[in-house]
Amino acid sequence: MTSLTDPSRSSHADIHGASAGSSRHASGKPELPAPVLLGWLRDMYRIREFETRCMQAYQEKKIGGFCHVYIGQEAVAVGCTAAVEPTDPIVTAYRDHGHALARGMTSRACMAEMYGRIDGCAKGKGGSMHMFDRNNNLFGGHGIVGAQTPLGAGLAFGTKYMDEVIDGGTNRRVTLCFLGDGALNQGAFHEACNLAGLFDLPVVYVCENNGYSMGTSIHRGTTMGHNLRVKAEAYGLDSMVIDGMDILEVYHGMKVVCDRARANSRPAFVDMRTYRYKGHSMSDPRKYRSREEEEVWEASDPVQRLRNRLETSGLLTDEAWKQLTSQAKAEARDSLEFADASPVPPLSDLYRDVYAERWGPYTGSSQPLMNGGSENTPSFTATEGKEGIS
Amino acid sequence: MANLNLVQAINLALSQEMERDDRVIILGEDVGANGGVFRVTEGLHARFGGTRVVDTPLCESGIIGTSIGLAMAGLRPVPEIQFEGFLGPAYDQLCSHAARMRTRTRGAFTVPLTVRVPVGGGIHAPELHSDSPEAIYVHQPGLKVVMPSSPYDAKGLLISALRDSDPVVFFEPKRVYRAFREEVPEDEYTIPLGKARVVCEGNDLTIVSWGASVIQCMQAIEKSGKSIELIDLRTLYPMDIDAVEASVSKTARCVVVHEAPLTGGLGAEIAARIMERCFLQLEAPVQRVAGFDTIMPYYKLELDYMPDSARIGQAIQDALAY
Repeated sequence: MTSLTDPSRSSHADIHGASAGSSRHASGKPELPAPVLLGWLRDMYRIREFETRCMQAYQEKKIGGFCHVYIGQEAVAVGCTAAVEPTDPIVTAYRDHGHALARGMTSRACMAEMYGRIDGCAKGKGGSMHMFDRNNNLFGGHGIVGAQTPLGAGLAFGTKYMDEVIDGGTNRRVTLCFLGDGALNQGAFHEACNLAGLFDLPVVYVCENNGYSMGTSIHRGTTMGHNLRVKAEAYGLDSMVIDGMDILEVYHGMKVVCDRARANSRPAFVDMRTYRYKGHSMSDPRKYRSREEEEVWEASDPVQRLRNRLETSGLLTDEAWKQLTSQAKAEARDSLEFADASPVPPLSDLYRDVYAERWGPYTGSSQPLMNGGSENTPSFTATEGKEGIS
Repeated sequence: MANLNLVQAINLALSQEMERDDRVIILGEDVGANGGVFRVTEGLHARFGGTRVVDTPLCESGIIGTSIGLAMAGLRPVPEIQFEGFLGPAYDQLCSHAARMRTRTRGAFTVPLTVRVPVGGGIHAPELHSDSPEAIYVHQPGLKVVMPSSPYDAKGLLISALRDSDPVVFFEPKRVYRAFREEVPEDEYTIPLGKARVVCEGNDLTIVSWGASVIQCMQAIEKSGKSIELIDLRTLYPMDIDAVEASVSKTARCVVVHEAPLTGGLGAEIAARIMERCFLQLEAPVQRVAGFDTIMPYYKLELDYMPDSARIGQAIQDALAY
């Protein structure tokens, strides 16, 4: 496989190691229209405001379960999403609010899901780690580290089969499968890469390499942490290192990777160098790293970098920035109010959507009826009515 | 009608469903050119090609995980796991993803997936190739679990499983694979999931069983000379407890027979359900005949481990004499 990256060095050498590199792709980058860039700035800022509100709501015990915020990594979700088509499937891990918002989920549905309320994207049954959005081709949020990577292979396999066999080659889709650097150490990832390489699957594995799997730095937990591309090369995947703190780098790099994956129906791997500003979850004291290290990364903040760039080139006025931020803040506040006002699902909802049919314990009673009675009459019809599937 | 064994009946069901629905694809280790470890998919690769009968590397987690992605993308994958013991590496995908997707997404995403798994002992294989882990998967909400005991049932149940919109673990008892033949219609037919079969009717006692043990139960009934009703559950989840209740209400005595270890096995669940529903009709405690609470022994002892007609016969006597 041809490498898509030249091994140029990055300024972010502290956690990712001596060979950390931001890619400088050989081809000239096309100029992007100002509304696109402003849209990215807005989306990154929206995610940041949303996540800030999530943290507050979690501390106020409005959000239960767990909560993993995306602050610091916003350029990755927004830039990657921009580099693919809305019909391309996206699947990710549990730090998924940013991907959901970048893909088009409303902040109301996203927040209400975290509140466990009926108006959430999964009607309050999935929670923070399980953001799904069928209309926007977001195939989840998944909670087991690395376990979503075979799903990414399967989605690419499935879309390829649908596009080529069922629909007669009219469409070509590429699947984006996000993972954290911790997932590199899970067996499922290696099985998925091998299958993707073997079957020529158009899937791009985007490793959001924020340097830490929970509290374990990549150098403590991962071999060849300074050069992850060798892992991809072992399976015949294209690979690229991208500076995930610069949305222009993310977009242009991902465009090259995704366009090639689509055109050649081949998998790829991206070592996306980024940083989560906050802890792994809300209960992480971050004893495993220094404040100084955090400050180094915060100095290359993706939101500020794009803002500065746009201001310098005269595309963003002070007034426009104020408007953008106040709108994002209002949207985040609105999502909290909306979530707070949304009803809690009734207990009888427990019994819905476990299976397609409802029988026995799934007949919708708020009490688990296990010992007969009229409500426990089996109404199970596994095949009736479904014979006509074509 | 054709006189088919279990392997041939399953093969026929697979080929007919693949013919009928382009979305059905098979994947697994050696399922293609080699026709599967038990030759269940023989001939399908030649007929449908490598795009639909996909040889995968040896990676159970990857096979099931990829199949889940395929199912979410709109296909109807039928992965084969070579032996039930190899479900271990795939357990995470099956129970963390497949079983939960419908609930987690409130029905927006489903996983119409049928995992075919040879199960159980009696073929002189070691442990991990002879286990009976069905209770583990019955215990996971979101999965359906099926285990046929005959070629006719296998074809009808498999077609139902392939058309079902939920994930199904389809256990195929290895001991039955080539044990006998029976008439199997060439035309397609379905047997609804969740419905038990009354193998033979009787009035003195009810035996509840499934999979390869059904054959041992039939032998024990014949030897006993008693009027015994045998229920083959066929689908383990959802379980047709109504059929069990109807029979035990009539006979007042029940023996549950399974090959899996006794403790925490489905026999315990069935006994509890009978208690809940038939307590006043019962004339004897529900008897259980099961494998032992050990690792499945190496082949010299496997016949001692699995319930045979002698042990089942003893349980019948105990229940009748109580």
